[in-house]
Amino acid sequence: MTLDQTGHPEARPSLEPEGGLHRGGLLRQSLVITRRNLTHIKRMPEMLLDVTIQPVMFVLLFAYVFGSSIPTDSPSGYREWLLGGIMGQTITFSSFIVALGLTADLDKGIVDRMRSLPINPAAVLVGRSISSLIHSSIGLVVMSLTGLVVGWRIRGSLLDALLGYLLLIAWGFAMIWVGILVGSAMRSVEAVNGLMFATMFPITFLANTFAPTDKMEPWLRAIAEWNPISSLVQSVRQLWGNDPDGVPASAAYPLHHPEVATLIWVVVITLVMAPLALRAFRKRTST
Amino acid sequence: MPLSVGVASVVIMTTTRGAGLAIEADGLVKRFGDNLAVDGVSFGVPQGTVLGLLGPNGAGKTTTVRMMTTLTMPTAGTARVAGFDVRQHPGEVRARLGLTGQAATVDELLTGRENLRMIGSLYGLPRAEVKRRSDELLERFSLTEAAGRIAKGYSGGMRRRLDLAVSLIAHPPVLFLDEPTTGLDPRSRVELWEVLRDLVREGTTLLLTTQYLEEADHLADDIVVIDRGTVIAQGTPLQLKDAAGKASIVVTVSHAADLDEAERLVRASVPELHVDPAARQITAAANGLADMTRIAALFADSAIELDDLGLKRPSLDDVFLHLTGHRAEDETAATGQPEEALA
Repeated sequence: MTLDQTGHPEARPSLEPEGGLHRGGLLRQSLVITRRNLTHIKRMPEMLLDVTIQPVMFVLLFAYVFGSSIPTDSPSGYREWLLGGIMGQTITFSSFIVALGLTADLDKGIVDRMRSLPINPAAVLVGRSISSLIHSSIGLVVMSLTGLVVGWRIRGSLLDALLGYLLLIAWGFAMIWVGILVGSAMRSVEAVNGLMFATMFPITFLANTFAPTDKMEPWLRAIAEWNPISSLVQSVRQLWGNDPDGVPASAAYPLHHPEVATLIWVVVITLVMAPLALRAFRKRTST
Repeated sequence: MPLSVGVASVVIMTTTRGAGLAIEADGLVKRFGDNLAVDGVSFGVPQGTVLGLLGPNGAGKTTTVRMMTTLTMPTAGTARVAGFDVRQHPGEVRARLGLTGQAATVDELLTGRENLRMIGSLYGLPRAEVKRRSDELLERFSLTEAAGRIAKGYSGGMRRRLDLAVSLIAHPPVLFLDEPTTGLDPRSRVELWEVLRDLVREGTTLLLTTQYLEEADHLADDIVVIDRGTVIAQGTPLQLKDAAGKASIVVTVSHAADLDEAERLVRASVPELHVDPAARQITAAANGLADMTRIAALFADSAIELDDLGLKRPSLDDVFLHLTGHRAEDETAATGQPEEALA
């Protein structure tokens, strides 16, 4: 099979790769790519604006502009109630982050460069997913600190609080697949921006993120309460003790069991989106 | 209008050189929808040699390279790199090839050194080895000084060199370069050629695509000319030039006053000639070296002073024109807008 026995005296004796080429596994390769993506953030810190300035602006805008006119039952008022919503929105946007990064790498030929190497082709996606989750997690930390400044407090147990953060991360995991799908399907960073603003943005508003759902028109309320993001946000509010009265009895079914509903949504979205995303990525990269 | 140096020359190349084929393309076809980008391309590259894949924009060069480097699945046919089939053993193929794509795909936000180390780590080379090889390659490609700067600020030539250095981090025995010097200034181009020659001396098998005939002429042992997805000629640069037409004798006189006398002298042995008074030049179709020596003798006996007397073989550009009816670097011909080419 190999040609190394043909031994042309002047030519290199072998067409074999050099010794010492012991290939690491998927995880090690993914971490190399994760590190590279994080170096990008270090070199261009403005990449973090989407998880720092932007959500902080949202907290301040909503807390001070709308805050006084939106009644809630949170102990320290709308601001505390708002924070879970902004957290849900921020982690939903991790799909945005994945899509932007992936499209840029596809566009610039970085993905092809990686694919010509003897590595697991999935490493590009896993590395991108891990770095995007870290990116979004930075947002969660910034949000928590901003929250503490404007009066948000965790009023439940430590375990519940951690569970809240874990649910946010789990939701971020599901959003990664949406990001890979969009990133593989779109041809430019501008197209990703356009599509995501036109879809993800309204979807994060059509929920209980910024205003309670019980005052909405019945049809709108139904949509908002069945929106998976509402389940996530409701879980976080409850786990952090920011919604002591709980959801009204008239709320849609998922909001009465928000943690379970969130987990089901994460599994369903992953099961539906992951095969689509991988197919789109394979299609994009094999032609 | 295929040449006599056809597919048969592949067989000759393999048997006479004795080395195995490091790269083989076997009836490669790639279809994108209705567009047949590559339509049955076959060739072989003996180990330790350079093949130039020559053709205009849109001829199918990049698609051919992408199929041979496992980036795109062939619609039909196959290719083998170092004996491994790209369809059946893509992993083995990837472990043996280095690829430098058409656009220099360096990571702009990483430094030169970080670019090398990242790819080295992805290959799974030990950390100390990655460090040693990175420094070695930076030195070799004159990038040591720029190694700590992010690649965004690199010049075109530096990017190309870094891109090539990155492809070499694991010492691949087979190297694919897709238009390695496109967009480079002449000096950077010549520098890159030097590096490539060194690599071949060390035993690397090289496949490079180019639309520069000069480049193929300089570097390649064998040339495959493709146009509109098919191989239209292949052979050594010399074979292709011979096939394209006769050589010509070019006489340049020192003083314009001697031009008429010089023309009379040349016409005596070669009646078919062309005079360019502005360049003080006479170009005559030659029948090989015999005509050349006869004319040289005539001028030696005369009182006419010459600036230059030489035998000019047709360039590869002439070859391409002869084969395809359009020039290799003529982009409008490739995109099918002949009326603009005339303008």
